[in-house]
Amino acid sequence: MTEFTPILSLSGGVLIGLSAAAAFVLFGRIIGMTGILARTLDFDFGEGSWRPFFLIGLVVTPLVLSMIAPSPHGFEPMGLVPMIIGGFLVGYGSRVGSGCTSGHGICGISRLSKRSIAATCTFMTTAVITVFVIRHVLGGAL
Amino acid sequence: MTQIIALVIGALFGGGLYLAGMTNPSKIVNFLDIAGSWDPSLIFVMGGGIPVAAIGFLMLKKREKPMIFDDIQVPSYGVIDKPLIIGSGIFGIGWGVSGLCPGPAFASVLMEPAVIIPYLIALVIGSLAYERIHR
Repeated sequence: MTEFTPILSLSGGVLIGLSAAAAFVLFGRIIGMTGILARTLDFDFGEGSWRPFFLIGLVVTPLVLSMIAPSPHGFEPMGLVPMIIGGFLVGYGSRVGSGCTSGHGICGISRLSKRSIAATCTFMTTAVITVFVIRHVLGGAL
Repeated sequence: MTQIIALVIGALFGGGLYLAGMTNPSKIVNFLDIAGSWDPSLIFVMGGGIPVAAIGFLMLKKREKPMIFDDIQVPSYGVIDKPLIIGSGIFGIGWGVSGLCPGPAFASVLMEPAVIIPYLIALVIGSLAYERIHR
């Protein structure tokens, strides 16, 4: 069980939207994690090395916030095996599908991109089916 | 200047994910568990994020070029093709299994390295597998 947190999640969503909006207006770029990570690993850091600096801001800020105010949401991860299987499928699938939750789900839908809307509907569907199978068919075992 | 702005844009993204609860994998899995302990919070994250991002995109479209960089690099390919659907489908399976996508994983790696680093290593291997197979 996790608690339904409409106000916190809406507020966090607005911050994520501001981040995407700032990247649009100032840089003319999308903040898709799949593209940013792939290009950074390729040593394609972008103008003024904006990609690694974006990643530093992303990685450090939650740690700083957690030292000021512990997250009300907690942290309840899956086991090591699901993390490794999930990480591989996310890494491979997001490259084949040219994006993930940030690039397609936030930036793409905000541009009314048909590809991103199709991608988001697809990954939401397979994710819901996956969780249904793991929790309600296999009884939570994975 | 570009570096500071990029840092702030990353900080907004990471702070937003943290505040929204997206760094807790169980919150994602519970969102996806519509037949069980459903937690609709993620709808509110998208409901807050998409309209604000859309305003930014509309502001960009009214300009000749972005305020800092000289060109606009936004995907223009418009065809819903097989790789898009198959890749997104595979991504969704991994998202459902782990409760994590790349943004929240990076946002929580310093707080929970023992759990997140194995995920990120597997993520990079998956990405490299794509380059081996498809390039």
